[in-house]
Amino acid sequence: MLSTHPGIAALRAAPVPHDVRPVLSLRGIAKSFPGVKALQGVDLDLFPGQVTALIGENGAGKSTLVKILTGVNQPDAGTISLEGRPLRFATAQEAARAGVTAIHQETVLFDDLTVAENIFLGHAPRGRFGLIDWGRMRREARAILAHVGAPFDPDTVLRDLGIASKHLVAIARALSIEARVVIMDEPTAALSQKEIEELYDLVERLKAEGKAILFISHKFDEIFRIADRYTVFRDGQMVDAGLIADVSEKRLVEMMVGRTLHSIFPERAPRIGKEVLRVEGYCHPTEFEAIGFTLREGEILGFYGLVGAGRSEFMQALFGATRPSGGRCRIDGQERAIRSPSDAIAAGIVYVPEDRGLQGAVRAMPIFQNMTLPSLHRTSRAGFLRAAEEFALARRYAARLDLRAASLDQPLGLLSGGNQQKVIIGKWLATRPRVIILDEPTKGIDVGSKAAVHEFMAELAAEGLSVIMVSSEIPEILGMSDRVIVMREGRMAGEFAREGLTAETLVRAAAGIGEARE
Amino acid sequence: MIATILKRRETMLALAILALIALVQTRFAGFARPGNLAAIFNDSAVLIILALGQMAVILTRCIDLSVAATLAFTGMVAALVNAAAPGLPIGAVLLIAVGLGTAMGAVNGLLVWRFALPPIVVTLGTMTMYRGAIFLLSGGEWVNSHQMSEAFKALPRSLVLDLPVLSWMAILVIALFVLMIGRTTLGRAFYAVGGNEHAAIYAGISVGGTRFVAFTLNGALAGLCGYLWVSRYAVAYTEVAQGFELDVIAACVIGGISIAGGIGTVGGAVLGALFLGVIKNALPVAGVSPFWQMAISGIAILLAVAFNARSEQRKGRIILKSAEQAHAAPAPATGASA
Repeated sequence: MLSTHPGIAALRAAPVPHDVRPVLSLRGIAKSFPGVKALQGVDLDLFPGQVTALIGENGAGKSTLVKILTGVNQPDAGTISLEGRPLRFATAQEAARAGVTAIHQETVLFDDLTVAENIFLGHAPRGRFGLIDWGRMRREARAILAHVGAPFDPDTVLRDLGIASKHLVAIARALSIEARVVIMDEPTAALSQKEIEELYDLVERLKAEGKAILFISHKFDEIFRIADRYTVFRDGQMVDAGLIADVSEKRLVEMMVGRTLHSIFPERAPRIGKEVLRVEGYCHPTEFEAIGFTLREGEILGFYGLVGAGRSEFMQALFGATRPSGGRCRIDGQERAIRSPSDAIAAGIVYVPEDRGLQGAVRAMPIFQNMTLPSLHRTSRAGFLRAAEEFALARRYAARLDLRAASLDQPLGLLSGGNQQKVIIGKWLATRPRVIILDEPTKGIDVGSKAAVHEFMAELAAEGLSVIMVSSEIPEILGMSDRVIVMREGRMAGEFAREGLTAETLVRAAAGIGEARE
Repeated sequence: MIATILKRRETMLALAILALIALVQTRFAGFARPGNLAAIFNDSAVLIILALGQMAVILTRCIDLSVAATLAFTGMVAALVNAAAPGLPIGAVLLIAVGLGTAMGAVNGLLVWRFALPPIVVTLGTMTMYRGAIFLLSGGEWVNSHQMSEAFKALPRSLVLDLPVLSWMAILVIALFVLMIGRTTLGRAFYAVGGNEHAAIYAGISVGGTRFVAFTLNGALAGLCGYLWVSRYAVAYTEVAQGFELDVIAACVIGGISIAGGIGTVGGAVLGALFLGVIKNALPVAGVSPFWQMAISGIAILLAVAFNARSEQRKGRIILKSAEQAHAAPAPATGASA
C-alpha cells in the first residue's frame, strides 16, 4: 500500500521503549574545513532496535556527520562513545571494526567482483596459511543472503544486479561484519516503489535484530513510515531531536528551514495558449514506443512514472541526445528533424538533465562562458566569438536570476552550489527556448530550494514558455502540472487533466493496476 | 592586482625561465645575449608548435602519443619526394607534408570518435604503425644531406627580418592559436569538451567531432614539423624524433595544461616548451651532463604537476550561512573585471 498522506504517523501503534541506552553517542562534535565550519556542537544518540531519521536541508552537515561516523573524517572537537566507552575512529577500518557501517545512495561496492567477494572484502574467512577459505566464504555468504531475502547466488558478478539488489549486497555486507550501527544515506533515492517496500521490510528485520539505524532521507512519508526518532540539522547544528510520534510533518519542515512555509506550491492561474509542440509515434527499439502528445504555450505538462518507466530515455531522444527509431516532432506546426542536441536547441527545445552537477556545469570555465555555451551560434559570427555580446548575454541572465558572483570572469566552480544552479538555469534560458524539459527538477534538494524551483517554473510558464516536468514525486506532479502523462514500461499509460486528479489514480496508472478492482 | 598576476602560473614560469637565464649568465657572459636567446627560441620552435597542437588535444581530455612518429613519417616522405623530384617547388613539398600529417591525425581522430576507443591506446597503436611505415618506405635507409636539394634545406634557415623562417613558423602558429583558442567557437568547444563532456553534449557540442578536429589539427602541425625537422637537420631516418612525444607532453604539463582536460592557456604551453628549451641549451653550456638534464626536466614535470594538483584542489564546502555571506560578493555581478 502506497501512501503519501502525512497522517500516517497517527496510525503508528508501535511504542518506542524509553529505557534503552544508546549504542552510539556523539557529544559536542565540531568539524571545520578550511574557512568553513561544517558542524558545530552536534549531539546524536542511536538506540538499538530503533530507526533515527536524520533530517536537514542540503548542506546542513549530514554528509559530514556520516563521514565522521564512518571514520572518513575526524572531528575537531567532541566525543564519540560506543556503549559508553569513548573512542576515536582514526580510519574507516576502525569504524567498521567497531561495528559502524554505511549504505550509501550510490552503493560503494565493486562491480567486477562477485557478491560473495563484495560481502567479505577485507574480512574474508581465512583457512590454512592465512589463505582465503573460498568454500566457507560462499557458504556464509549464501546464509547471509538467505537471511536478507536476496534471491541471487553469491557467485553472481555484481555488475549483473540492479540497484535494489546491490543495496541488499551492501546490507549483507553490513551484517557480515556484525554491524551494530547501520547508516542508510538516502537509500530509496534510486529505487522503484516495489523495491522501496522491500527495503522497508529489511529495515524492520534489522530493527528486530537490535541494530541501531540512522536513516537519512528527504522524503517525509518514508520518515513517518519507518523512523522511531528524528534529529533535525540546520546550518551545521542540531536543532531538535525526539520521538517521531510526538512531531508533525509541518513542524519538522519548519525546524528544517527555520521559517514557516505558507504553501508549498505556488498559486498559478495558467494562461494556456496555442499548440507549441506536437510529438507523434516516438519509438525506440528497447526503451519506449508510441509516445505521442501535444504541449501548449504556458502549459506545464507533468510526466509521472516509476523509476525506469522510460521517461528520461524518451526526453533524451526528443532532445536529440539519443536517436529514436521512429517518430515525428512538430514545433509551431512545422515539422523539425531533431538529430542532435544542437538541432533541438535551434528548434527551441532545451533539456535540463537530472544530474545538473554532472551534466550541466563546466567548473573550470568562467561563468560567462558557461552561460553562453549553448548560445554560441548567437554570440559568434562565422565561428568567431564576440566578447561584448557574450558578456551582454551573460550579464542579462545573471541579473535576472540575481546571481551573486564577484565577477563573471571567475571559474564557475568557485561559486556556491545555489549560484551554480542559477548559472545552469540561466544558460538554458539564454537560448530563448519554446519548450523546456526539466528532468526531476527538485530531486535530492531541500524543501526551501524546492519551493524556489517551483516558483521559478510557474514564472516561466506565466511568461509563455511550455514546460515538460519529469518527476517521480506525486505531490510535485499534482501541485505543479496542468496536465499529466503517466508512463509505464516504456509506453504511455494514461493522460490526465489536473482537475480531479488524485494520487491514487496516478499510482494505479503507473503500476498498471486496473481501476475496477477495489 | 599584482598579487593575482604573480599567482598566475604563466608569470611564475616566465620568472623561472628568466631566473634560469640570469643564473647561467652569471657563469657564462653572453648567454643572455639577444642573439643567443633568439637561437634558443629557434631551437625550441618545433617543440613550441607541437606543444600547441598537443595542447588542443589535451584540452579535449585526450592525448596524442603519435605526434613524433607522424613527424618522422611526414619528414621521411618529404625527403624522399625531394630526393626523387628535386625540381618540385618547396611549397608543394610543404603541402604534401602538411596534408599527409592532417590525414594521419584524422585517422587518430576517427578511431577516437567513431569507434570510441581510448586515445592513449589508439595513438600508441598508430605511433607504432607510423614508425613501422617509415622503415617499410625507406627500407631502413637514410636520406642524407647530399640527396636533398639546396632549396629544401634552405627554407627553415633563410632569414626574414633577421629571424630564421623556422622561428617565424612558430610565431605564426602561436598567433593562430591565440586567435583560435580565445576567439573562436572551436576553441571554446575544446575547453567545454574537456571540462565536462556531458555538459558539452547537452549544450549541443559534438564531443567526438571536436576531438576529431583537435587530432586532425595536431596531425597537420606534426606534418609541418616533419618537413621543418628533416630539412633543418638535413637528414631523414626511421628513428627521427624518437621519444619526442614525451618532450611535447612534458612541455604541456609544465605549462599548466591539465591532463584531465579543460584547463590550460596558449601562453602556458609556449612557456612550457621554452622552459625545456632553455634547460636543454643552458646545461651543456654549464657543463652539466645530459643525464642531469633529464633529471632536471623530470623534476620540473613533477613540480608542475604538484603545482597543478594544489591549484585544482577543491575548496572546502560552504555550509554555514554566515560563511557563505562572508565568502560571496556583496552585490550581484554586473560584469567582468577584465
